[in-house]
Amino acid sequence: MKQFTYERAASPEAATAAAKAGGRIIAGGTNLLDLMKLQVETPSQLIDINRLPLDKIEETPEGGLRVGALVRNSDLAADPRVRRHYGVLSRALLAGASAQLRNKATTGGNLLQRTRCYYFYDITKPCNKRAPGSGCAALAGFNRIHAVLGASDQCIATHPSDMAVAMRALDAKVETIDAEGAERVIPITDLHRLPGNTPQVETTLKPGELITAVTLPPPLPGVQIYRKVRDRASYAFALVSVAAVVEAEGGRIRSARLAFGGLAPKPWRVLEAEEKLAGATVNAAAFDASATAVLAGAHGYGSNDFKIPLARRTLRAVLAEATRT
Amino acid sequence: MKMNTPVGANALDAEPQGVVGKPLDRVDGRLKVTGGARYAYEVQQGPAAAYGCVVEASIGRGRITSIDTRAAERAPGVVLVLTYANAPEQGSGNHREAHPVLTGPEVSYYGEPVAFVVAATFEQARAAAYLVHVTYEKASGTYALRPNLERARSPRGSDASPDSAVGDFVVAFAAAPVQLDATYTTPLQSHAMMEPHATLATWDGDTLVLHTANQMLSQGQKVVATTLKIPQEKVRLVSPFIGGGFGGKLWVNADAILAAIASRQLKRPVKTALTRQQIFHVTTHRSDTIQRVRLGTDRDGKILAIGHDSFSGNLGREQVFEGAAIQTRSLYAGANRRTRHRLVPLDIPVASSMRAPGEAVGLLALECAMDELAEKLDLDPIELRLRNEPTEDPERHVPYSSRHLVACLQEGAQRFGWAKRNPKPGQVRDGRWLVGMGVAAATRGNPLMPSKANVRLGPDGIATVKMAMTDIGTGTYTILTQIAAEMLGLPAERIRMELGDTLFPQASGSGGSFGAASSGSALFDACTGLRAKLARLAGMDPDAASFADGRIAVGGQSRAILDLVGADGIAADGEIEPGDTLKNYSQQSYGAHFAEVGVDADTGEVRLRRMLGVFTAGRVLNAKTARSQAIGGMIFGVGAALTEAMELDPRFGYFVNHDLAEYHVPVHADVPDVDAIFLAELDDKANPLKSKGIGELGICGAGAALANAIYNACGARVRDYPITLDKVLSALPAQT
Repeated sequence: MKQFTYERAASPEAATAAAKAGGRIIAGGTNLLDLMKLQVETPSQLIDINRLPLDKIEETPEGGLRVGALVRNSDLAADPRVRRHYGVLSRALLAGASAQLRNKATTGGNLLQRTRCYYFYDITKPCNKRAPGSGCAALAGFNRIHAVLGASDQCIATHPSDMAVAMRALDAKVETIDAEGAERVIPITDLHRLPGNTPQVETTLKPGELITAVTLPPPLPGVQIYRKVRDRASYAFALVSVAAVVEAEGGRIRSARLAFGGLAPKPWRVLEAEEKLAGATVNAAAFDASATAVLAGAHGYGSNDFKIPLARRTLRAVLAEATRT
Repeated sequence: MKMNTPVGANALDAEPQGVVGKPLDRVDGRLKVTGGARYAYEVQQGPAAAYGCVVEASIGRGRITSIDTRAAERAPGVVLVLTYANAPEQGSGNHREAHPVLTGPEVSYYGEPVAFVVAATFEQARAAAYLVHVTYEKASGTYALRPNLERARSPRGSDASPDSAVGDFVVAFAAAPVQLDATYTTPLQSHAMMEPHATLATWDGDTLVLHTANQMLSQGQKVVATTLKIPQEKVRLVSPFIGGGFGGKLWVNADAILAAIASRQLKRPVKTALTRQQIFHVTTHRSDTIQRVRLGTDRDGKILAIGHDSFSGNLGREQVFEGAAIQTRSLYAGANRRTRHRLVPLDIPVASSMRAPGEAVGLLALECAMDELAEKLDLDPIELRLRNEPTEDPERHVPYSSRHLVACLQEGAQRFGWAKRNPKPGQVRDGRWLVGMGVAAATRGNPLMPSKANVRLGPDGIATVKMAMTDIGTGTYTILTQIAAEMLGLPAERIRMELGDTLFPQASGSGGSFGAASSGSALFDACTGLRAKLARLAGMDPDAASFADGRIAVGGQSRAILDLVGADGIAADGEIEPGDTLKNYSQQSYGAHFAEVGVDADTGEVRLRRMLGVFTAGRVLNAKTARSQAIGGMIFGVGAALTEAMELDPRFGYFVNHDLAEYHVPVHADVPDVDAIFLAELDDKANPLKSKGIGELGICGAGAALANAIYNACGARVRDYPITLDKVLSALPAQT
């Protein structure tokens, strides 16, 4: 760990100003500290925002919830309103990490966690995300946990969050404040970028811009499911995950929201796959058509080829479960 | 005493004190849960220690062309940067003989230490370690096992003979009416013990004191002395508490030697611990294996020919091979037999012992092959094993010291509900889960090692035992306490156990499941000597005397032993040596594993539902710690079957997933209902305790029971461990 200075931010504005000047914001630190020990991240200044008043869950006038950026994953998962109306989010949170980590990890930090690509974590290996221009060791390497959608020949890393996948299905909005004190709202689909030729740029946040809250729209009707497929029963990242909110009645699907984890550099959603389901009769053919739409253009890199059939099977199982009468 | 003949009835059989075998709580439990047990890295001794951090080679094979240490030396707190340029000349040998570090510019494996940065704090040392700039001239290396089988050679100078043959396997197999010929692969594995390798090195004049996490202190003392070229008596290893080893701390690792060298140069204590990421390369691992099993039987399932060939890999200069076919020499009957081990020299970190070296992966192949054979024969897998139960060791033609595999299989079958198993795969469904049951036999060799002990009964009524034995978390303190208490007729609270220091009598250490038997037998011998002294003082016949509740008694007469001790106390030494009973008997512990798994019909995820192990391992010294050992071994087997694998990237010669986030050991949620029981057995050929090793038996065969259960659940016969969902997926039924 490189030597760094540590400063506690007095206000969101102060935090963003310090961050724009080169500081790195720390909240739960569950990812950042690991990366600093390995010198994957080498900030010279840490700006601690843990004491900022961003830890409330409030109801919005529209009937949704506004979740402060510092609300801990455990608290968000356990909130009765989240459990009642946003089950997919509560389950996604509880499917992630361990109890100890969830107690520390924050809502904002979870969105901004870095990939778990093995090569990204090892500074002696080429990685365009960590060291732009050095190459991608995963492309022709061991890439079991890597992306099959949305990747580029510069980077095939996935975004590891479970929470963000559920939020993507719910069409959450991310509230920020920038270094000039200007606030804005970013639809979650626009928060994360695809790697393209600049995999080191992972979000659309401007330098210093701070996430202050995540807003959940009013609850959706229907069955909510978060299905995480992984190598062991707990404490493993998703190989494939599906967040689904499906409304069905009388053998027909009224609407479906589907988001995927483990498949892509960001929480993945394919509107066409949802449109294929809207109004469709509940049957395997409809599920399969939806899966085909999700996986159009999917490409494996060797050790992760299995994710493509796995994603299809997982989605079909989730849809079957969501529409079971 | 030397184990040349079976022991007769002895003092432990009568159990007048009633301590041995009881589920006594760990005597060191309170210390451990309150933080009172000090592990190597927690020891503070002498002046403030400096902290060292290893710099690993980031190439697999080649040569260092330059090391620039200037930035590191200028970094805050740094007091020393060791490289091959300023490291002393050291002794050499294989990894069991010496562990020289920083010997020159050659890099022979990825992660080999190329520098050691010492600073006032660990954080400063680690930060400065990143500032050491090394340039290399890379050489092409040979890293992966499978593509290099043509380089395989017959290992020489290792513990076990690589080959064995009885009868004519080739002819008998070719002629067998029913044949099974299958190849299984097992992956590279890491021990993943809880406590990282750590050492505090201090010099007291010309004597080196190492507080270090090491399983076999007396061996380690020799290795350190050879490496540093100092007399053995000038090396003291101290290791009263060790947070798991599983073989990863059997030998001396770089942490100990680097800390010792740095401490000598700096004339102050130096402390170091490997990071979890470093452990994967800097220390040893279990080799991957490629195993071919051939079984030829008559139409009734009687084995006519049994063959087991295994390839493993190791760093080129090492001879240790993974003895995956060793158990096949004694597990089942059959007149024509052949086993062969071949070793592929590679440019990867040293492969060495990991919990149940040999059997742990060998049984993953053999016991899966038996399941496949049973299906071919349309026989119940248990019945197949019963039909091939030998009456003597089929290769050595000597009797078994004791063997109750059949009883384990039958008792387990009854308790587990084996009769309810549907032999046809894919027939049992529980919601989204396809459910299956599997069985596998367990066997593990039962070695005995030389060991010594000293016991002294003081005038305060406390018996103090000293030996350079270790407790790596298995419960050694507790079982030795029980043996001493039973033998001396004292309550357990009156026994003080002092272990983990080479100042004490030389002991076996912990490894190969020989710890309890070897150190316990030495203690038994010492206590026997002390009993004789007490009996003589009491004017009683030592052979007739019984010891209980602090009294020695013969017939109606009894004396309080404290009245005999005197002001100076009484002491006795004891010793055990392996002898002819190892030669004259085939010695193994046995067991049977039963597993029920669920396979997710959609995703192929495999989850254990319940598991039972039934074992016989001679006298059980503590019912609680024995069960914990067995269950721990079974869980190790669950990891081997389902999740654990180091993935080699042959471009770099390194293990890609070198942390516990991506090297998947089982977590609590993976281990639902696991139980282990021991059937009564006494093995009078094994040692005077009549016990056998249990530290590794639990893993032996465990994973195969899961593999067989997976096949029974869904019809996927996966011969490539671990059985991750991607290997199961294609065998799953179509979704409806």
